[in-house]
Amino acid sequence: MTLITEIETTTLFDVRKIRKDFPILLRTVNGKPLIYFDNGATTQKPKQVIDAIVKYYTEQNANIHRGVHSMSQDITFEYENARVTVQKYIGAKHEHEIIFTRGTTESINFVATAFGKEFINAGDEILVSEMEHHSNILPWQQLCVEKNAVLKVIPITDSGELRMDEYKKLLSAKTKLVAIVHVSNTLGTVNPVKEIVSIAHSKNIPVLVDGAQSIPHIKVDVQDLDADFYCFSGHKVYAPTGVGILYGKEGWLKKLPNYQVGGGTIRTVSFDETVYAESPLRFEAGTPNIEGGIGLAAALDYISALGLENITAYEHELLVYATEKLSVIDNLRIIGTAKEKASVISFVVDGIHPLDIGMLLDAQGIAVRTGHHCTQPLVAHYQIPGTVRASFSFYNTKEEIDVFVNAIVKSIKRINKK
Amino acid sequence: MTEMKTIEGTEQELVEDFAMFEDLFDKFGFLIDLGKNLKPLDDALKTDNRMIKGCQAHVWLYSELKDGIIIFDADANADYAKGLVAMMIHVLSGHTPDEIINAPLNFIERIGFKSMLSMKRAGGLESIIKQMKLDAVVYKAKA
Repeated sequence: MTLITEIETTTLFDVRKIRKDFPILLRTVNGKPLIYFDNGATTQKPKQVIDAIVKYYTEQNANIHRGVHSMSQDITFEYENARVTVQKYIGAKHEHEIIFTRGTTESINFVATAFGKEFINAGDEILVSEMEHHSNILPWQQLCVEKNAVLKVIPITDSGELRMDEYKKLLSAKTKLVAIVHVSNTLGTVNPVKEIVSIAHSKNIPVLVDGAQSIPHIKVDVQDLDADFYCFSGHKVYAPTGVGILYGKEGWLKKLPNYQVGGGTIRTVSFDETVYAESPLRFEAGTPNIEGGIGLAAALDYISALGLENITAYEHELLVYATEKLSVIDNLRIIGTAKEKASVISFVVDGIHPLDIGMLLDAQGIAVRTGHHCTQPLVAHYQIPGTVRASFSFYNTKEEIDVFVNAIVKSIKRINKK
Repeated sequence: MTEMKTIEGTEQELVEDFAMFEDLFDKFGFLIDLGKNLKPLDDALKTDNRMIKGCQAHVWLYSELKDGIIIFDADANADYAKGLVAMMIHVLSGHTPDEIINAPLNFIERIGFKSMLSMKRAGGLESIIKQMKLDAVVYKAKA
């Protein structure tokens, strides 16, 4: 049975061939072949994305939405096509529901600012969870301070799952928005977002989903989830840094006031009155990150060509394999054991600071993240100084996991050496 | 009493010690061992106002002036950070405020892992050195 699964995987998913698309994977770090397990922080870029950016600057560079000349029109067409690629990738109904931003953080700040300006008043409540990234806490915390509103927190279980019973209790007539992470960057937990949205909607409460860690790993259909806002970053999904997406339902975008204004957001301007454009242009002030948008489309096309279902299945295989291998190491505890997980494993080794393991792994050419992963309240829940986090991508292999496990054992031995 | 080594002399010794190890893993191992050899710091001295709070690890640095020289003691919650502070104590402890203030401390580069140590990495070396020099400035001002 196992053998059949392995053969099927190899046929569907030739990781050795795929790795050739990622030039950076050939490099060494500290004299050792690179093992890149920090994909939760950022993913590496396939040559298809790199080529798209090089092509943009060598052949296509012009400003968009501005010129009548051919180059401007051509690149405007391509940039708007990138928007359509994103729309299709996440299953949005309209292309004007896709707004280019700098990343997840800006997308969330955007909603906190614009939604907050219009819809949040003193005494209102905003609901987040204990497992949020700081980027999905701080914009709401600041908004609450400014508006004298209240930030409420959905607690989690020790396995790293949301307390859905508590979630239901926390929703009240005062709740104006739920802001929730789809996949936890620290624990890997995949939250039941569809159910969360459905419960909130039964009380007419909109939901924003932080999809930074879900987009690279699992199928996201914003219409199926029925999310009101969905945010993600390009760089976590094999695209360049500095580009991200805010998806907003048409109805909400029409109701939101401007976020930033400036060139590109208007129909007509005079000193007496300015008439603004419709979404998405109304929300995209200034010349955007054009190569970012084009790179994002190239990345999504690349993933689609590999098949997201294949990626999800293969990454799950890596997760299961690594979980088994890590579980037998003495004094090693996996933090985050939810039933539904993406390919992220956080762990601590009792008596050893995560930083020490991270430094020694780095010396062996293995890139992991250590610390609180911008989720300090979550780390506080477990009463630990932080974790070592390995986050896998489809270009990682079981052989790399074997090396990783041996490197952890070697590091622990060195640290505990008398 | 043996004569106190100069700061530069101790730095040179450390550079030679680290040079014995080719592999970065072994260099870090040696750094961790330096931390393990550090005299334990009394828990009562691990106060918040003596804590150098890094993004990941924390270092407690204690100092006192005795007969014109500064004695440093320290502890940390990570072996790596403890190694860093132990290395700096080895170099700077037992010197006068002026010597400490004026020490260029360029040996980190010569050890060969500047990029690993100099940045703002948790409980980073930069903030440890800054605090040690600040203590020296304070003692000098009081003198």
